[in-house]
Amino acid sequence: MPSQPVAPPAVARTSVRPRRSAWTPARIGIYAFLLVCAVFFLFPLYVMLITSVKPMEEIRLGNIFSLPVKVTLEPWAMAWSSVCTGLQCEGIKGGFFNSIAIVVPSTILSILVGALNGYALSFWKPRGGTLLFGVLLMGAFVPYQVIMFPLVRAFAAMSIFGTLPGIVLIHTIFGMPVMTLLFRNYYASIPNELFKAARIDGGGFWRIFLQLMLPMSLPILVVAVIMQVTGIWNDFILGLVFAGRDHLPMTVQLNNVINTTTGERLYNVNMAATVLTSLVPLFIYLVSGRWFVRGIAAGAVKG
Amino acid sequence: MLPMLATVLFAYLGTVFWSVRVSVSSSRTLPSSDFVGLAQYTRLFASERWLLSLENVVVFGVIFIAACLVLGFLLAVFIDQKVAGEGVLRTVFLYPYAMSFVATGLIWQWVLNPELGIQSTVRALGFETFTFDWIATQDKVMYAIALAAVWQAAGLVMALMLAGLRGIDDSLWKAARIDGIPTWRVYMSIVLPMLGPSIGTAVVLLSVSVVKVYDVVVAMTQGGPGLASEVPGKFIMDNLFGRANIGLASAASTVLLLTVLALLAPWMYARARAARNGGHR
Repeated sequence: MPSQPVAPPAVARTSVRPRRSAWTPARIGIYAFLLVCAVFFLFPLYVMLITSVKPMEEIRLGNIFSLPVKVTLEPWAMAWSSVCTGLQCEGIKGGFFNSIAIVVPSTILSILVGALNGYALSFWKPRGGTLLFGVLLMGAFVPYQVIMFPLVRAFAAMSIFGTLPGIVLIHTIFGMPVMTLLFRNYYASIPNELFKAARIDGGGFWRIFLQLMLPMSLPILVVAVIMQVTGIWNDFILGLVFAGRDHLPMTVQLNNVINTTTGERLYNVNMAATVLTSLVPLFIYLVSGRWFVRGIAAGAVKG
Repeated sequence: MLPMLATVLFAYLGTVFWSVRVSVSSSRTLPSSDFVGLAQYTRLFASERWLLSLENVVVFGVIFIAACLVLGFLLAVFIDQKVAGEGVLRTVFLYPYAMSFVATGLIWQWVLNPELGIQSTVRALGFETFTFDWIATQDKVMYAIALAAVWQAAGLVMALMLAGLRGIDDSLWKAARIDGIPTWRVYMSIVLPMLGPSIGTAVVLLSVSVVKVYDVVVAMTQGGPGLASEVPGKFIMDNLFGRANIGLASAASTVLLLTVLALLAPWMYARARAARNGGHR
């Protein structure tokens, strides 16, 4: 279990390295290797993007790498509003809004719970807290399949199975170990004197949390938001099982689009749908940069 | 004071207990409370489908972890050579990790499709006999899935390793240069062992994701061709929700849980020891 919440940021180093930057064969080799790798990592994205703007005739004839002769945005329009996901043919826009409806409350709730847990564990040090926390951390590694079915039964008994609150609750439960770990470790770095001073000034549990700790948590909040938004957006299995027909997230609908099409497979539409589904996490990744790395280093345990 | 934590104990411990309990009952469609000993486990390990899924996940796991580590390490080392455009390269290598397994699977399903993807493209270039049909071949389909998964996760390993490399003191490099040790030797004999904690973390994270692997298989092959890419995660889901075999599925998930615990135990022990000895991680 990581005892540190975040890996050291991968910052560009400024100190001197025992290496020259002349064009020696070794340098050329380095660049060649990196270039080949970059091509390997980029070509699926390239293929996906150009396929999504080709008309079907070109896909049937041409190869996957060739640039489109006639660029069309029709596949994107179809993917968004008229492609069939299973039985309905309303595009994946519904899935997009479902995903947002799931991600927003799940992110807020799981972070709030994680922050509260971490705060309580770090400063109030309840009896048995360490033991509870240890068990919780094991929970981060338990395969979903082990605890999924009992939760299905429990949720059904509470009649929240297949509802929006149900899926939000399940994300909160599965997000709790990592979120708690993240905040506990962050609060461990805040001097205890600060907390004691607030106690002397008459602050209670909630007051100290809301007025002192939460405002101080901004850096870790950013990491937590990135982790939870990308993680929950990309979730497939929980959405598939718990979301219910009316709230299927985008990933599940995307899979339905591609694996249930009857008749000719509209590859361009499929690829446009895939791009659309990946836009949100990719956007977060590109915008947040180094924060994203911290987030995954802290949260990769959630896998 | 910690009602949420108590809930989690119920949600985690309670459910695990429930799964184990059901795994020793004769439950099929509905959970029942009789006791049949290890009958479900006997049935499980007599099931060819389960054995096949275990074999598949081992093949997948070995290739996936080895490839991720090698590629991730090489990328980190090469990127650490003060190359131009480092930021861009890092972005390029890591972006697949931001994408879902479903999207990853779908992209690679498309690229590897023998009729339309790489194979047909290379054939069209004049190499008529070129074959690259892993995804449609029973004994190679796991390689295809591993390829997609490596593409998705190698960047993560790179990020972890890069953080480790950046933590190594510059004086080590100066000393090695004064002693005239070739760079590759420094990497192999000194740097690699120093990256031990990063590598350990990466291996644990990758292993756990191997045990859980599900989405990418569903998106790429749905377990096919035939049953050739069946994996335990999918076996459990199918038996839980498709084939009404709750007892069997619970037995299988208990096996998975034990596997994860077995993977974690040495790592947690090592970390706890390192922490006690005042190691920085």
